[in-house]
Amino acid sequence: MMDFIIGHYNYWIVIVLMMVGLYTVISRGNLIKKIIGLNIFQVSVFFLYISLGTVEGGAAPIIAEGVKVYSNPLPHVLILTAIVVGVATTALALALVVRIKESYSTIEEDEIHNLDHSL
Amino acid sequence: MIDIVIDITLLAFLAITSVAIVRMTNLFAIVMLFGIFSLLSAGLFVVMDAPDVAFTEAAVGAGISTVLMLATLALVKKPREPFYNEAPHAHRAWLSLVVVAVTGAALVYGTWDIPRFGDPDAPAQTHVARYYIENALPETGVPNIVTAVLASYRGFDTLGEVAVIFTAAVAVLLLIGGRRSKPAVEKKDKREQDEA
Repeated sequence: MMDFIIGHYNYWIVIVLMMVGLYTVISRGNLIKKIIGLNIFQVSVFFLYISLGTVEGGAAPIIAEGVKVYSNPLPHVLILTAIVVGVATTALALALVVRIKESYSTIEEDEIHNLDHSL
Repeated sequence: MIDIVIDITLLAFLAITSVAIVRMTNLFAIVMLFGIFSLLSAGLFVVMDAPDVAFTEAAVGAGISTVLMLATLALVKKPREPFYNEAPHAHRAWLSLVVVAVTGAALVYGTWDIPRFGDPDAPAQTHVARYYIENALPETGVPNIVTAVLASYRGFDTLGEVAVIFTAAVAVLLLIGGRRSKPAVEKKDKREQDEA
């Protein structure tokens, strides 16, 4: 049982972080805060992938003399790409927030709903 | 052992920071806390043997994201108010709590089948990863395997990534580039067209 906890606590805390991000996205009406919640969720997914690639006693995947065990480099490659794409989507979302502010002069979801009868 | 202690400490800090982000209403403080969150996660990536990811997260996540969010905050902030405070939300908290709890429980149930953290015999470690670790240096001459895969084996993927970033940049420019220079009348016409 203790072994199981030591072996899995990492995943559980990552899931807690993920759920905090999801909660922020669902329950908060402010659009910037929603985007930050989405980013928290995204970073926890990165943790999940990097955790899966970690090897006990392994070194960073850079070939060096006298190192036998390396961590799995493939999740690192995936997540490097994901981080950069994540920033691109964040920038796009923030640009949409600026446009919403120009059109509705508010970035609170409830107020936008009250203003726009088509929603 | 020391690895586990550092790991738990950083994860605890991350959890505290994220809960603080949910509970605060001052958006400037929230954006700053998000920068701290990104920096802590960069530290955690180093502990989990991923220095390349840590560099990227520290530069792009803690740096560029925070700057972008601060810039947005400056644009949407009400004039003559020093801080932007989030409006009190009308949603029922318990409903989202239930949704989050159920999703979290399902995900924790899913971890039962995941191999133990750091297991060298996990399926993820025994298939293609070994090929890259053994052959990356002789085949590409690059000692950093992550760079070798990113720039050599999967070079076209990286090209596609550049295309994604280019698309996002074009979209951002189309959305907000040069909009503020247009006169107000034209903007009103545009909105009437949209409504029609």
